[in-house]
Amino acid sequence: MARASSRSTTQRAVGYLVLEVGSLLFLGPFLVQIATSFKTDPDATAHPLSLLAHPATLSVWRRLFGYGDSGGSVDFLRWLFNSTVIAVCITLGRVFLDSLAGYALARLAFPGRRMIFALILAIMSVPNVVLLIPRFLVLKELGLYSTYPGMILPIAADAAGIFIMRQFFLQIPASVEEAARVDGAGIWRTYWSVVLPLARPGLITLTILSFQSSWNEFSYFLVANGDPNKFTLTTGLANLTSGSLGAGNQFPLSMGAALLTTIPVAIVFFAFQRQFTGGRLGGGVKG
Amino acid sequence: MTSSIDLSVAEPRGPAAVPGRAEKPRGGGIRGRQGVAGWLFVSPALAILAVFLLVPIVFALYVSFTNWDGFTDPLRNRLPFVGLDNYKKLLTEPGLYRLNFMTAVRNNFYFVIIVVPAQTLLALFLAVLVNNRALKGKGIFRTAFYFPSVTSSIAVTLVFIFLFQGGGAVNTMLRWFGIKGPNWLIDQDGIFTNIYGLFGVHSAPGWARNQFLSLTWWQWLAGPSVGMCVLIILAVWTTSGTFMLMFLAALQNIADEVEEASLIDGANPWQRFWQVTVPMLRPTLVLVITLGVIGTWQLFDQVYLVGKNNPTVTTPAYYSYSASFANQAFGIGAAVAFLLFILIVTLAAIQRRIIREDVD
Repeated sequence: MARASSRSTTQRAVGYLVLEVGSLLFLGPFLVQIATSFKTDPDATAHPLSLLAHPATLSVWRRLFGYGDSGGSVDFLRWLFNSTVIAVCITLGRVFLDSLAGYALARLAFPGRRMIFALILAIMSVPNVVLLIPRFLVLKELGLYSTYPGMILPIAADAAGIFIMRQFFLQIPASVEEAARVDGAGIWRTYWSVVLPLARPGLITLTILSFQSSWNEFSYFLVANGDPNKFTLTTGLANLTSGSLGAGNQFPLSMGAALLTTIPVAIVFFAFQRQFTGGRLGGGVKG
Repeated sequence: MTSSIDLSVAEPRGPAAVPGRAEKPRGGGIRGRQGVAGWLFVSPALAILAVFLLVPIVFALYVSFTNWDGFTDPLRNRLPFVGLDNYKKLLTEPGLYRLNFMTAVRNNFYFVIIVVPAQTLLALFLAVLVNNRALKGKGIFRTAFYFPSVTSSIAVTLVFIFLFQGGGAVNTMLRWFGIKGPNWLIDQDGIFTNIYGLFGVHSAPGWARNQFLSLTWWQWLAGPSVGMCVLIILAVWTTSGTFMLMFLAALQNIADEVEEASLIDGANPWQRFWQVTVPMLRPTLVLVITLGVIGTWQLFDQVYLVGKNNPTVTTPAYYSYSASFANQAFGIGAAVAFLLFILIVTLAAIQRRIIREDVD
């Protein structure tokens, strides 16, 4: 008895150790990144692993927010502004348009519905990287290349989002709509003020997914825009490392900028953690 | 029809699953109204998908049969039509295009066959650890493992570039163990080549100098370059968390059955895991592996950042981009994209087939 329990104690200790080392491996890079953003360039080069900046400096952060003297080359605030505007617009677009289409596919009997649903499923299997060149071609044709509408509109509705919303609407009991209709509400009013509020968990899920993916989007913005004034954080950062900083030993700057790119998504992640790790989004990813 | 969220993307069975009254004929008025409303509701999203997804695909297919340079207006001028030439240049004719394309295919192939098993096993391992009932602080560990997958690929690639640079954190750690690390990001040596070296094979033996599809056998068998290995580690690190969640959900679904099975036979936990749990996880395993394979064949963002300083870090997705935008060979770029498209659709079809066999 005593032996068995001591064995299980050891086992548990080993288990925790594995988990702790594992967590450190998964979070360690972020810790190094945070520390590096407070270092000077020579310090970051000499002590790349150190978690303490010595000397600690805010120069990177001052530069990123436009207080630095040598800040000319990094138009960070501009990228932040662009990313925010673009991600918010795309998210609003997706939440509104995807749920409209999802509702129609789930609840409205209209001719061609089956065909459209099959089309949505087919579109979901088209890999994104295949669309890079084609989308560039169409943007140029329509005169939308390097414009905000060109960066927003083409991805302001997505097949996966429509699919997710359809699944959520299917779960809402049809009797709710029946009741609304008996009261004389039209299709739009039934949808807008009765069904949509009930689909809140779905809307939240879609909002998070859309914000995360449009904030992190890189390849599409790379081909949709060639104007440095419309760089987002991701394209700006990529340009920073390959362009002006070249061989760039300004690691503190790139770490700080990368960190700021991560923070908004991290906030969303921690605010809606349940939604993320509770399976809902894990499931959403499957779609 | 379904009471829980059905997330399988398999074929739509029957009418688009409309429960309740909406499906029943209820007289022309309402039906007609629903018909109009239905189209009004789907058309904005549908218009976007048609104009910016379906039309572009058709357009690109056309471009893949031309020599478009990206400048001439393709609608007002007839593009130089070259038939299947672009595809031939990539697949059958020796030359620079095929060399570049095959190098990209080789790199991505090694990337896939290393990353997919590694991330699948790691995800399963983490899920089992985190699923332990006695474990305290589950949420914290789950968060830690999942967090990298929600962050921007560009941001985390920059972090990895910093960690893996010549005098970076990784080599500092290796030095604790007396190992002198390589200059990871710009090292072009294939890791298998390095392993052959350990056995005294330092250069290509005669047979390996023969070419196959523009690369020598020695080049085919070189394995991923050291630079590519950084992206392999990065990919496993970022995606394991996502797949861990899928395994976790599956483990929670089968928890009771596993318990029952374990009561009946006297297997130890290790045997029980492989003989009871893993077979029950088969659908999730198939899903995770397929999503993994499809995802890893599309590697792009990371290559964009690392590949500029290391010609051995390329993938078809990146080659499609660089051929078009750096070399103005849009026809070649579009052809590469379509070859990749065919590959991915084929892989997805194979997965669907496996799942269907499971169901039957």
